[in-house]
Amino acid sequence: MIELFSYKFMQNALLAALIGGASCGVTGVFVVLMRIPFISVAMSHAAFAGAVLGILTGVNPLMLAIVFSLASAFLIGPIADKADIDTNISIGIIFSIVLGIAFLCMGLIKGPKTEALKYIWGNILMVSSNNIILMAIVLILVSLFIILLFKEMKAVLFSRELSAASGIPEKKIYYIMLFLSGLVVSLNLNTIGGLLIFSLIVNPAAAAYQLTYSVKRMFLLSASFGILSTLTGLFCSYLFDVPSGAVIILISSSLFGIALLFSPKRKVKHYATA
Amino acid sequence: MILLRNISVAHRHEFALLDISLSVGRGEFVVILGPNGAGKTTLLKVINGLCRPTSGSGEIFGQVMNSSNAGGIRRAIGYVPQIMNIDPRFPITAYEVVSFGRISKAGLFRQLGKIDKQVIEQAMSLTGIEQLADRPIGHLSGGEQQKVAIARAIAQEPELLLLDEPTSNLDLSAQQTITSLIETIYLEKKITTVMVTHLLHHIPHHAQRLILMKKGEIIKDGKRDELMDEQTLSELYDCQLSKSYIMSGTLFTPEKK
Repeated sequence: MIELFSYKFMQNALLAALIGGASCGVTGVFVVLMRIPFISVAMSHAAFAGAVLGILTGVNPLMLAIVFSLASAFLIGPIADKADIDTNISIGIIFSIVLGIAFLCMGLIKGPKTEALKYIWGNILMVSSNNIILMAIVLILVSLFIILLFKEMKAVLFSRELSAASGIPEKKIYYIMLFLSGLVVSLNLNTIGGLLIFSLIVNPAAAAYQLTYSVKRMFLLSASFGILSTLTGLFCSYLFDVPSGAVIILISSSLFGIALLFSPKRKVKHYATA
Repeated sequence: MILLRNISVAHRHEFALLDISLSVGRGEFVVILGPNGAGKTTLLKVINGLCRPTSGSGEIFGQVMNSSNAGGIRRAIGYVPQIMNIDPRFPITAYEVVSFGRISKAGLFRQLGKIDKQVIEQAMSLTGIEQLADRPIGHLSGGEQQKVAIARAIAQEPELLLLDEPTSNLDLSAQQTITSLIETIYLEKKITTVMVTHLLHHIPHHAQRLILMKKGEIIKDGKRDELMDEQTLSELYDCQLSKSYIMSGTLFTPEKK
């Protein structure tokens, strides 16, 4: 087992699992508490559209994936606010646009489309050192944001209107959370893939939500569940030669199921509606 | 303290507010009364800048609110919205909600200090919710949640307190408790207070000025004693009300058709 980590690709994969699991878990707390789970689907497809456009035009696919994902993250909040619509509707609009671009570019790629499809499925065993450095930078950025603006972030997650009414710069905080979510999604495309990252963002945070009444603990639990899912997925992928992304999702979904079973909040809804 | 000139708010072709002019002086306790859909909540949101008027102008604390000074002005306004629908599983405690009132005072990148914590505890003590501090906000009853909302607004140490239907959707006992609490706060803190309600029976005694609103317009603005009569209120609510006297004051009830 120890010799496993003497391989460079395995060391990279291990780092990617740790960093990716933590950053997706942490970002999931924003997404779950803001009740916008499909933001990760929209952003992963935006990143996918960017990557496919990159393949079509010969520009670095990862770079275009990041640009597309960030542009979507940047637009979702202002579109919702300017048009006075629910953020989920804004997400739906962005999702349909990027899906259109992705399909258009896929249609224009001549020959096999294997290169494009790797951004859908991802492969944690193939992640590069540069990608890991970028992922680590984003994790540091997300962590700094949470530590430095924790009290403002908590208020905005509770109620944007109340935060605005009491003079908290809620728009900036809200948009930063969307922006960081986009960054995390685009940089994890290589490891877990565009289609499955949705689950790694939502499941650990949804599991943590079942277990605690503290936002701080929710961040820690969600990050731990994210890491547990990615590490387990990585080892299963190596040992049993199964797709890593799929195993990661199954593990994170199982964690949610277990959290639901042991949740102290299980009966809360019944009491509240009684 | 509040000066609004010819404010209108339109949602496409429908006016939520129509040509509202209003002035509220320091230390006043004003109640805005009117039926549902009168534009009362919109008026409060115009005052704290959450709703931008379609036309007209306004000054709060002698300043015209714009994007650069909105944060500073709002820091001095305590706002209690209508009862929120909070998920009982939401991971925020009552204490944390009250502490939100101190966040903008403390400033970005800073932890809440000793003084902030003292102010939060005083606000919780004044509203009688110290024992609820560690309870998740979603587990509290409607009346308790309103007390937390009022404590949060008080923790801001505001110069102006805006209360939007603070007793709506509460049982009779909770309505009475919240009304008394609002009076206590006004008497102790002397904060300029603007309260919106459609409930006639819970207008605090110290609110001596009434503004009656209907269909987006102010139809009357005057002393409480002058406006609390059967004819005026019957016109306001579009139903015949009859006045009777009970131990605790005056009661208006709709007459049977």
